[in-house]
Amino acid sequence: MSIVVEQKEALDARIAPLLARAQALYEDLDLRAVQAWKSEDPSRRAIGFLPVYAPREVVHAAGALPVGIVGGGDQVEIVRGDSYFQSYICHLPRSVVELAVSGRLAPLDGFLFPSTCDVIRNLSGMFQILLPGKFVHYLDLPQNFDRRLGGEFYQHEMRTVAREVGKLTGIEVSDERLRASIVAWNANRAALRELRALRSERPWLVPTAEHYLVLRAGYLLPVEEHTRFVRDYLAAVRASARHPLDNIRVLVRGAFCEQPPVALLRTLERAGCYVVDDDFLQGAHLIPNDVREDGDPWEALSDAFLHGTVPTASIYDEKAEKGDALVRRVREQRVDGVILMAPSFCDPALLDQPMLQAALEKAKIPFTSFKYAEDTGQFQVIREQAGTFADAIKLWGSA
Amino acid sequence: MSTTFVNLSSAEERRAAANAIKDQSQERQKELIAGYFSSLAQAKANGKKVIYTFVPGNLTELIANFDLLPVLPEINALQNGMRGRTGDFIHLAEKGGHSEDVCTYVKADIGMLRSGNVGPTGEPLPKPDALLLSYTGCFTFLKWFELLRAEYDCPVIMLHTPYQGSGQITPAMREYVVKQLREVVIPKLEEISGKRYDEEKLKAALARSARAEEDLVGVLESAKCKPSPIDAYFGGVYYIGPIFTAFRGTQEAVDYYQLLRREVEERAAKKLGPVTPEGALEHERYRLVVEGPPNWTSFREFWKMFYGEGAVVVASSYTKVGGLYDRGFRHDASRPLESLADYCMGCYTNLSLPDRIDLLARYIEDYEADGFLINSVKSCNSFSSGQLLILRELERRTGRAGGFIESDLVDPRYFSAANIKNRLESYFQMIEAKRQRV
Ligand code: SF4
Ligand code: SF4
Repeated sequence: MSIVVEQKEALDARIAPLLARAQALYEDLDLRAVQAWKSEDPSRRAIGFLPVYAPREVVHAAGALPVGIVGGGDQVEIVRGDSYFQSYICHLPRSVVELAVSGRLAPLDGFLFPSTCDVIRNLSGMFQILLPGKFVHYLDLPQNFDRRLGGEFYQHEMRTVAREVGKLTGIEVSDERLRASIVAWNANRAALRELRALRSERPWLVPTAEHYLVLRAGYLLPVEEHTRFVRDYLAAVRASARHPLDNIRVLVRGAFCEQPPVALLRTLERAGCYVVDDDFLQGAHLIPNDVREDGDPWEALSDAFLHGTVPTASIYDEKAEKGDALVRRVREQRVDGVILMAPSFCDPALLDQPMLQAALEKAKIPFTSFKYAEDTGQFQVIREQAGTFADAIKLWGSA
Repeated sequence: MSTTFVNLSSAEERRAAANAIKDQSQERQKELIAGYFSSLAQAKANGKKVIYTFVPGNLTELIANFDLLPVLPEINALQNGMRGRTGDFIHLAEKGGHSEDVCTYVKADIGMLRSGNVGPTGEPLPKPDALLLSYTGCFTFLKWFELLRAEYDCPVIMLHTPYQGSGQITPAMREYVVKQLREVVIPKLEEISGKRYDEEKLKAALARSARAEEDLVGVLESAKCKPSPIDAYFGGVYYIGPIFTAFRGTQEAVDYYQLLRREVEERAAKKLGPVTPEGALEHERYRLVVEGPPNWTSFREFWKMFYGEGAVVVASSYTKVGGLYDRGFRHDASRPLESLADYCMGCYTNLSLPDRIDLLARYIEDYEADGFLINSVKSCNSFSSGQLLILRELERRTGRAGGFIESDLVDPRYFSAANIKNRLESYFQMIEAKRQRV
């Protein structure tokens, strides 16, 4: 065995345990990790939040663990969930209800339902009925981006969350506590920015499915631990001997809420696409840049939401800039083409698509589009479509 | 009911009386709506500016304050649906890249636009001078106007209306909406219209709104009589027409609802059933509460499946999407902007799911319904998502027969007459079976 190969195996051995951990967390639908964290101190509480975005800093500052709930993917057998939803409603709420009624969300002491869409909105009411006695809060994120209007309203919303979660933990959220949480999340944001930059620069080092799993681990782990985890992963892949393939560079939009199965992400890569930018688990990187650490922390968080988010379908595009922003992103990321993949029956994503398509067409950027569900099990068609897209770009520079 | 009871001897006499009554208010309603569409067609020629906006939480009195005309894309879509035009429009929108999965109101509108923007009455619709995104009870509104903004070069005025997630309107929510009205909506409307905001004028309009609302409640609550003189769903959609659209706050609306209420009270006094397309319903066999919007493309056929069996809808949630007046809300001239804010947040689709269930349960009791039925429309996540839990909860709480049917608003592909008829027949049998057991 040559030294190079030996070294490669040794280095990959650094990545393997990290990935095994991320995979285990991904599969941890019973929230054993949350249970374990809580068992260290009986006063600990955990709060689930639905897609897309919730200010986790506030939950953290109130002494609770924010836990992302993004459905059951392809890992949950839907026994009762389907009986709550008509066939023309997306898949995510079925698996969420399945998790709830089967008791797998029991380690959570409360839930935040951000104002993402009508399905999640109504799901907040369903939870009030299905899990009586649990703290269930509909979190109205502002669609007015004036600091004095939407900003003030949002700060009030955040303070309500802080107060309610604080009642569960017995901790009052002071400005100091909130500032410390912002600092913790800024560190996390910095690590994620580095990860994304590396993926964009050398996508062969950070395969899409791995990137996803690493991000997803942050939906279960305490933030400080997740930041370390991301940094460990970065160090491991940087030192790895992974080498580039003849893949095209693509950007994905539309997958901000219901998540595609990880196998679908692998399929894209096998079909010849490096995903160098995406909106999977959008809540984890909706605010990519640091939140101000000085001054009033409530205001800082509010400002970050009002003016620091990347465009996404659930937030009103006040300045009509999402098309231009997408084209700009394509250029910045030196992307060969765009994949518009959206969950079936997702009004926000699917109504956004024609607007994004128009911008791409105008800028002569190749794109392809398809729908998926979190439990999609057949990838042949998607593989062929993505493969043809990649081949066309490689051959002619356009799809 | 104040009118005296008159006993009509023969069925013919009863039918004749019923139809005579039908004519006056229905004719007036038709005139109002037709007049509205012609005023839109002539808007530009008359130098009128036009605001596109949505029905739930609409700010009709405020729009009128600036002599602007409202265009309601949902109403265009449903009117086009009733006239059988939406199938082609939807097809056109889908050909242009819209998904088959999404709300068909949006696609019907986009398709109409692509076909030259000729409105349901065959008259052209004016382009908007602004899109007033009063965003109550539905996230799709947001996308809809983003899409329209890409078509028209005009400003969008966003009014973010918080959702009653905790089952109430909090002071912070009210303050947020009032501030937006004062600092965003009014200044923008002033700019577009070139006119100053006139609060006295608004107060007068709101006082008229309240009068019409009072009479509308009288009409809707007449369904507590047995037999019910109205159908509060199929007939109800005609009754809500003027007040949910361009006429709230006008004298025409006040007069129309007075007339309608008088007629309905007369019908109640005479123990007449509701007016149907085939005359008055003679035997009320089933009293139902219905949740969800109707289907528009086969509206008559759908209605007939009910009145053909003697089923009368005594209360419905759909007739509350433009205001929940029967829970006591009235526009209030003494607190104009606050009351507009409360109105915006108080519409049915802005209620939490538990609150919707409470309301429906109360309807079932108060209107002494035999059962309730959900028409779940594919288009509308705002209405439909969670309806199966509503069904379960209502069955559990009221013990009455619950039915569930599926269709769509304006996409004819999703109206399966045979299927719905079958389900309804089984549903009526279920009510019969329950009765026998009692
Ligand atoms: S997938 Fe789309 S429709 Fe479904 S819950 Fe998420 S945002 Fe809403
Ligand atoms: S989703 Fe429902 S409320 Fe929203 S526009 Fe469509 S039909 Fe109307």
